[in-house]
Amino acid sequence: MIESVVDLSRLQFAITALYHFLFVPLTIGLSVLLVIMETVYVMTGRVIWKDMVKFWGVLFGINFAMGVATGITMEFQFGTNWAYFSHYVGDVFGALLAMEGLMAFFLEATFVGLFFFGWDRLSKVGHLFVTAMVALGSNFSALWILIANGWMQNPVGAEFNPETMRMELTDFYAVLFNDIAQAKFVHTVSASYVTGAIFVLAISAFYLRKDRHREFAKRSMTVAASFGLASALSVVLLGDESGYAATEHQRMKLAAIEAEWETHPAPAGFNVFAIPDMEARKNTYEVKVPYVLGLIATRSLSKEVPGIFDLVKGAEANVHRGLRAYGALQELRKNRKDKAAAKIMKEDGKFLGYALLLKKYRPDIENATAKQIEAVTWDTVPNVPVLFWSFRIMVALGMFFILLFGIAFFLAARRTLDKHRIFLWVAFLSLPLPWIAAELGWVVAEYGRQPWIIEGILPTFLGVSNVESSQLIFSIAGFVIFYTALAVVDVYLMTKYIRRGPDSYLGHNTDERAKVVRKLVEPAPQPAE
Amino acid sequence: MTPPIDYETMKLIWWLLLGVLLIGYAVTDGFDMGVGALLPYVGRTDEERRLVINSVGPVWEGNQVWLVLGIGAIFAAWPAVYGTAFSGFYTAMFFILVPFIIRPVSFVYRSKNPNTSWRNFWDWGLFISGVVPAFMFGLLMGNILQGFPFHFTVDMRAVFGGSFFELFNPFALLAGMISLAMTVQHGAAWLVVKTDGAVQCRSKRLGMLAGLLATALFLFAGLAVWSGWVGGYIIKSGIDPNGPAIPLAKTVIRSAHAWTDNFGKYPLMWIAPLTGVLGLFFAAILVRFGKGKLSLFVSGLGIAGVISTQGLAMFPFILPSSSYPGSSLTVWDSSSSHLTLFIMLIATIIFMPLILIYTSWVYYIIRGKVNLETLLGSKESY
Repeated sequence: MIESVVDLSRLQFAITALYHFLFVPLTIGLSVLLVIMETVYVMTGRVIWKDMVKFWGVLFGINFAMGVATGITMEFQFGTNWAYFSHYVGDVFGALLAMEGLMAFFLEATFVGLFFFGWDRLSKVGHLFVTAMVALGSNFSALWILIANGWMQNPVGAEFNPETMRMELTDFYAVLFNDIAQAKFVHTVSASYVTGAIFVLAISAFYLRKDRHREFAKRSMTVAASFGLASALSVVLLGDESGYAATEHQRMKLAAIEAEWETHPAPAGFNVFAIPDMEARKNTYEVKVPYVLGLIATRSLSKEVPGIFDLVKGAEANVHRGLRAYGALQELRKNRKDKAAAKIMKEDGKFLGYALLLKKYRPDIENATAKQIEAVTWDTVPNVPVLFWSFRIMVALGMFFILLFGIAFFLAARRTLDKHRIFLWVAFLSLPLPWIAAELGWVVAEYGRQPWIIEGILPTFLGVSNVESSQLIFSIAGFVIFYTALAVVDVYLMTKYIRRGPDSYLGHNTDERAKVVRKLVEPAPQPAE
Repeated sequence: MTPPIDYETMKLIWWLLLGVLLIGYAVTDGFDMGVGALLPYVGRTDEERRLVINSVGPVWEGNQVWLVLGIGAIFAAWPAVYGTAFSGFYTAMFFILVPFIIRPVSFVYRSKNPNTSWRNFWDWGLFISGVVPAFMFGLLMGNILQGFPFHFTVDMRAVFGGSFFELFNPFALLAGMISLAMTVQHGAAWLVVKTDGAVQCRSKRLGMLAGLLATALFLFAGLAVWSGWVGGYIIKSGIDPNGPAIPLAKTVIRSAHAWTDNFGKYPLMWIAPLTGVLGLFFAAILVRFGKGKLSLFVSGLGIAGVISTQGLAMFPFILPSSSYPGSSLTVWDSSSSHLTLFIMLIATIIFMPLILIYTSWVYYIIRGKVNLETLLGSKESY
């Protein structure tokens, strides 16, 4: 395989996936916030809540269009750029994507039209139902894509079939209830809710600072604060890390995230700060907090967290077993009924992927030298400094979100959200942070999966299509041009509608209306909450 | 677990479902694309164009999911077909993809600024995203019918010959034009249902022209295949419909009249091309006389007939290879495993009726003509 095709395919996938992932979390998070706001409207009948649904709905719509536009790229790309991956695991992965279409995309896309066009054609409850279906659809889509992704991280419930030369499904339940998939779903969906909540919080803070749309912004902020606080706690408490003990490579990922080169006696200390050196295979500088890593990673005081050196040693054993399986596979190709080979395949077939890693160095991998095998075992170590720092920044941001929502919640409870200008300023400036955290989360999960496209099964460099570098350069250039142009338009429209605010959009003064409505509905003059 | 339905039947069911999904896409998203293609011709003023755009405003997004699901189903049920077609047609797929990136934003962003050049820009987006995929899908179907150059290595890695420009051969261009013309006609029928006045009047005329053109071109394409100008492929040996998916086990030869053999063997199959021709023709007549709903239905039948004709003619081939016919992908040797096909069938049986129910409900809610007054009064409209 030509190196540059692999690199270019990975580059294109990273660009398009990271770009798509700018829009998805906001869609998921905002859709749920819209359901909450509209539920309040239906329950109380206060029009300001309907205005909130409509205004945040417009921003939702601008973002949703981008999510749809960039999402379809992903579906094309598995086939256009990762044809061998598609052949090798389509039996499982493709089925999960199709499930996503059946259960999720139809739901959200069919109802999203009525969300915008149905206000005059539906009853209050009918419209709320439509909004809820949009939210349900977008949450389902997260569920299925993360089951698919979780399977790439921990491929359970499938077996290699030497006849068809691919992975085939054996146990659908195992795929569905894969620990890693479940952990990922909860983590990613909570993070999406945080994104939606920060979006609403920050823009509302912007209005309060400018002393515009006070009633509107205070209510929005209260919803965002309570929903955001619960979600931010869920992101951290139900974080992804619990899943890392599950498999060998996940353990490798964990060791890389923690820059844990050697195995330390349990419970291991946690590196708060480190400068990992990939060449020297050690940290040139580190600051450790005792016990913490062991506690987080194993939830115990006695279990060890294996370090990179020990895991690499384990990988070497896997490569040898993989080579045995590879030899058996060649025998089976000559004679499908070779019983001895079939037996070896049964024992060691699951390590075949480790032998395939050698294809990077030579096509006739059965003749690999000891030196090449050693190189391959070190190939199983992902990029330690990138993972170490991506993870730490992500976690720090997660902690910050809890603090931010905690304060917002406290102020909302005391009804003084609009009184603290510094807080409003901080809340507004926090707007880009959830996106940074989400993109870094992608880096930790997917870059941390390297060198595997399917952990332990298929190396990334084997997954690509047989296309020319020139074709890839053409498509990458195309994506960069289109995506940049769309980003400019998207940001322009978002800021335009945010600047204008709910009043001009809805054609009347929401605060005035809120006051009138409140007089009609409530006896007391306090702000309604 | 062994599924209760045998492998051969499962493969056949998924071949039929693939047809259903492609037809579902062509019929539902077809009129959206047709409307996009007609936009500059039937809508002269901004108000007229808004009428046209809003006629599909609430439904285009759901319709597009037929494509998403269709591709997902190919990936799930025919992974080798998915990987081979998408990477083999790499550049063409990029040109199909771009309109699908442009389209959602064109719909949503156009109305967000009253500036004329802003709106004209997004109108172009809608036009391109209607014309290009409709034409390109047909073009690819034309190439698939003739076979395109690819083969598999022993590892089942697909290797390609041919270039992007070779896709634009005479028969493929013809197929592209059929696809575009029937899409435009279908879109025109939709506009006759959803609009009135000048827009409807123009749609009637253009719909008829497109429908007659589609009929004539489809007949001509049929003649090209019938005469043997476009040849097909025949499996000589080595295929086991109940066996595992190993595309390299069989031998295939090229034969000038292979694509008409099935119709001789199973005369009932003639229903498909007949539905195609009659559907397209009568839809053209009906749309001219303003019978909107009926013409929409009949042109939907016509589209289903055209797509089925190709599927039945090629059966059991899905992707024939012109350079190494033995590598061709067929219904019997390129599917997913028995278990996956079965589980996906269960999921389809559960969710497809639900999808049809709520989609019908949405169409029911938005029924009736698009009205300019409500359109201008609503902040949500496009």
